[in-house]
Amino acid sequence: MEQQIEVREGVDRETIETVQNMGSYKYGWETEIEMDYAPKGLSEDIVRLISAKNDEPEWMLDWRLKAYRRWITMTPPTWALLDIPKIDFQDIYYYARPKSMETRPTSLDEVDPKLLATYEKLGIPLKEQALLAGVTAPEGERQVAVDAVFDSVSVGTTFREKLAEAGVIFCSISEAIREHPELVKKYLGSVVPQSDNFYATLNSAVFSDGSFVYIPPGVKCPMELSTYFRINAENTGQFERTLIIADKGAYVSYLEGCTAPKRDTAQLHAAVVEIVIEEDSEVKYSTVQNWFPGDEDGKGGIYNFVTKRADCRGDRAKVMWTQVETGSAITWKYPSCLLRGNDSQGEFYSIAIANNMQQADTGTKMVHLGKNTRSRIVSKGISAGRAQNTYRGLVSIHPKATDSRNYTQCDSLLIGDKCGAHTVPYIEVKNNSSRVEHEATTSKVDDDQLFYCRTRGMDEEEAVALVVNGFCREVLQALPMEFAMEAQSLVAISLEGSVG
Amino acid sequence: MLEIKNMHVKLEEEDKAILKGVDLTIGSGEVHAIMGPNGSGKSTLSYVLSGRDGYEVTEGSAVLDGHDLLDMEPEERAAAGLFLAFQYPVEIPGVGNMTFLRTALNAQRKARGQEELSAGDFLKVVRAKAKALKIDADMLKRPVNVGFSGGEKKRNEILQMAILEPRMCILDETDSGLDVDAMRLVSDGVNALRDANRSFLVITHYQRLLDHIKPDVVHIMADGRILESGGPELALVVEKNGYADLLKKHGIAEVA
Ligand SMILES: Nc1ncnc2c1ncn2[C@@H]1O[C@H](COP(=O)(O)OP(=O)(O)O)[C@@H](O)[C@H]1O
Ligand SMILES: [Mg+2]
Repeated sequence: MEQQIEVREGVDRETIETVQNMGSYKYGWETEIEMDYAPKGLSEDIVRLISAKNDEPEWMLDWRLKAYRRWITMTPPTWALLDIPKIDFQDIYYYARPKSMETRPTSLDEVDPKLLATYEKLGIPLKEQALLAGVTAPEGERQVAVDAVFDSVSVGTTFREKLAEAGVIFCSISEAIREHPELVKKYLGSVVPQSDNFYATLNSAVFSDGSFVYIPPGVKCPMELSTYFRINAENTGQFERTLIIADKGAYVSYLEGCTAPKRDTAQLHAAVVEIVIEEDSEVKYSTVQNWFPGDEDGKGGIYNFVTKRADCRGDRAKVMWTQVETGSAITWKYPSCLLRGNDSQGEFYSIAIANNMQQADTGTKMVHLGKNTRSRIVSKGISAGRAQNTYRGLVSIHPKATDSRNYTQCDSLLIGDKCGAHTVPYIEVKNNSSRVEHEATTSKVDDDQLFYCRTRGMDEEEAVALVVNGFCREVLQALPMEFAMEAQSLVAISLEGSVG
Repeated sequence: MLEIKNMHVKLEEEDKAILKGVDLTIGSGEVHAIMGPNGSGKSTLSYVLSGRDGYEVTEGSAVLDGHDLLDMEPEERAAAGLFLAFQYPVEIPGVGNMTFLRTALNAQRKARGQEELSAGDFLKVVRAKAKALKIDADMLKRPVNVGFSGGEKKRNEILQMAILEPRMCILDETDSGLDVDAMRLVSDGVNALRDANRSFLVITHYQRLLDHIKPDVVHIMADGRILESGGPELALVVEKNGYADLLKKHGIAEVA
């Protein structure tokens, strides 16, 4: 216990140092590398081309085409509290691959050094050692396997052999389609159906890469798994597709990180993440989302339109979503839990920060279908600058989900007086034995708190970082340690310039 | 050490004068006490010296060891050695007391061009000082002042002071709301810090604190001015007769 606290103490110091030493968006540089693009725009031919580039079997192509044909009949959702500029879907590249990835590397040693250097610079060295996000763990400590996705392709995945020994499959989704078609066929689209929503359908047609995880029955994954997404190419959309399956009695903790260069035109990231959780198994999915947020006047940035859902299929299945959303110009994202199995549990911990001109509409859906199901939502929204930040959440308890419980706590913090915070909870309880609790607060960063910190020697930005990190503490503590450190400094960095 | 000259202060938002010409000089190693009825401007003086927003200094100056305090940010004043133990310490939810202390100490060290303390060294310093103030490990882990009793908050202020080792300490009614035992802990804490290089300005309502922390000079403040200054005996006079006679003598209507 003492040990744990020591580390967290250190985390805060790191935050402060980071604030002091850093300009704003740290990952805004670009890798100069020769790329192959599919022609601009979207058509059946482009869908066929993407499928062909990945050497996909016929059934996969058919699946994509079906999604594409549906997508052209659909319109984007408009219910979120977001002002989304019109997107010209014919003015986007749907596939961008480094030329050096044309012949697939068979091991990390064969990967283009430029690509390896890119991840090294991002703090994600693609080496098989205990390293992530610039945090050095002593030899022999916890290891993290990484799948690195660069624009439309997975560059490499570490620790594959070691994971294979435990029976765990961890590879890119394109590889899984080729190597494990029976699993992909069985589960792809089974949590987020093709027709789910405009962006999910688009993703189903054009997804290029992402990660695939299968944990066999009774296996506790021997290390944390992670995927790091990097958008590099200009005018290119990224359509990540991730599929995680925890078979009966399995356990895995999965981390996701993402960054993109600074550009003054906006870029689209439309991802789908599906998680299947069978009886007695547990999945923890943590995200630190740090896509380029656009400049102070709202120029550029990533449109992050994401569908993430976990399906607790079996009894006593458990899922925990933790997200730290600091980046993106616009965030539209609701990681959700379908609690089908009896006694299954869903948790959602979220920090969403919107500064300058950023817009975020994010939250979760907890759908209670099984008996005696439990869900817990802790959302911390921070708005600064001229940003708008909305928590939108659905808690739905179905007639058969007797004796179920939800607890929701939704706190908003405002910095300055030109930003907005909104809370939109939807609650449906269709039986008498279940109970739902909802607490919401909105507050401003307190001048007395800042003054108190400053009389003790901290400057204004350190003081804000400290107070905001305190506000987010419950969620930060839900993160794996490596991510907690990164997240704390991100909180500080993304609020730079929000005071004074 | 600290030299305040003819300080006039009004509220920024409205035309209300609060300090009406305060002169105060505190030499190195001296302990001064300010007593006075509620609303006389004692807290305002401590806030203005620390750099809190909302006040406008219309006249006068405040110099600490050659630094013109009024030209500095609150954190610069802290780094220059000024410390205020708050009358009402502020709660900071979610921020561990230790984290707060270390962040503060290292910020000051950094501002002064000193090496930051390592986690281990810091822990040693805190443990020793916390023990003297009967602050246990639990209180060090809990979020800053959240759920602390009145006495715990005040002891925590003294702990911060002990760790930051300021040159000039201002204590704003640190004794109010303390029981006899807490009062002793706090005054022992303060006395342990007394030093030829460190000065204190002790703001208090009651004479009893001054039994424990013996002042060199006592000032009586009312209506934004220092009415009289004298030795410790002045505090005893006030204790015995109240402020009424003094106020009358200086032509000030008694406030409720
Ligand atoms: N921020 C403020 N807004 C309004 N009135 C204030 C403010 N600060 C101080 N005052 C007023 O100034 C006077 C002095 O207050 P204060 O300095 O707190 O006195 P003391 O600490 O001696 O009791 C009081 O009349 C108080 O109401
Ligand atoms: Mg006062």
